[in-house]
Amino acid sequence: MRDFYGVRLAAPMMLGTARYPSPAVMEAAFRESGASVATVSLRRERESGQAFWDIVRALGIHVLPNTAGCHTAREAITTACMAREYFETDWIKLEVIGHADTLQPDPFGLVEAAEALCADGFKVFPYTTDDQVLAKRLVDAGCRVLMPWGAPIGSGQGLNNPHGLRTLRAAFPDIALVVDAGLGLPSHAAEVMQMGYDAVLLNTAVAEARDPVAMARAFALAAEAGAMASAAGPMPVRDMGRPSTPVIGRAWL
Amino acid sequence: MKIDVNGVPQDVEAATVEDALQMLGWGEQRVATALNGTFVPAAARDRTALSPGDRLEVLAAMQGG
Repeated sequence: MRDFYGVRLAAPMMLGTARYPSPAVMEAAFRESGASVATVSLRRERESGQAFWDIVRALGIHVLPNTAGCHTAREAITTACMAREYFETDWIKLEVIGHADTLQPDPFGLVEAAEALCADGFKVFPYTTDDQVLAKRLVDAGCRVLMPWGAPIGSGQGLNNPHGLRTLRAAFPDIALVVDAGLGLPSHAAEVMQMGYDAVLLNTAVAEARDPVAMARAFALAAEAGAMASAAGPMPVRDMGRPSTPVIGRAWL
Repeated sequence: MKIDVNGVPQDVEAATVEDALQMLGWGEQRVATALNGTFVPAAARDRTALSPGDRLEVLAAMQGG
């Protein structure tokens, strides 16, 4: 298993903290999933920040602050600096959004921000597309983790371009890869892990399920199953059928 | 002087970012600050002067994906 800037995750699952029916449900979903990483954000203080932070800190898992909502490299860099101080971590989930409807990353702003933040000592987890050239630029900037989208954030569509995701896995054997965004079902998480990815990052699929705690567990099991299958070496896909029962010794009837 | 605090116009009697936080009731709280789009580390708040029209952002932890 590849590490995340020197950290090995106990479970290949990163979970968001937004959109749960209540803080208690969020906490239960985290505990039931065994997620190794919690994503958080920074917003204008409304007297609830400390209480929320206390809950997340008590989970005792890695915290990954994001730059959600930033549309320029400058905004993202400033947000990252504020998050590093507030959350006392140099991990940053770098989001530079380029399109308001699809929430597709802005590849140009993303590379600009990644270069500046890597140079400043951040350990950058860039939310990116499945574009291989962009991925190379991010690795050249110093990123040792890439987080391509499966589908638009919050859409639950699953993997819109499995071919692109497989291509990234083959192109960057030493980089930790995470599918971030778009997952809707545990089968999507299993599919990601079967491709040899190192983790999944999701939020809405758990938080907006009818029973978020049970869904968190379902995703955790699926991710674990997919990882186990990848390590076990899946059989090759064939165009034609091939009998599994031996032909030799068949009776003449 | 008039400055914007988290997007809301406020009249503050404060010479520095640190003074403004104290005055607004955030003196003892865990927050992160930026002035006019530039990060102000906690250690620099008491030497970061305010001017009329400044935009002060005071952020804290929030749910996120």
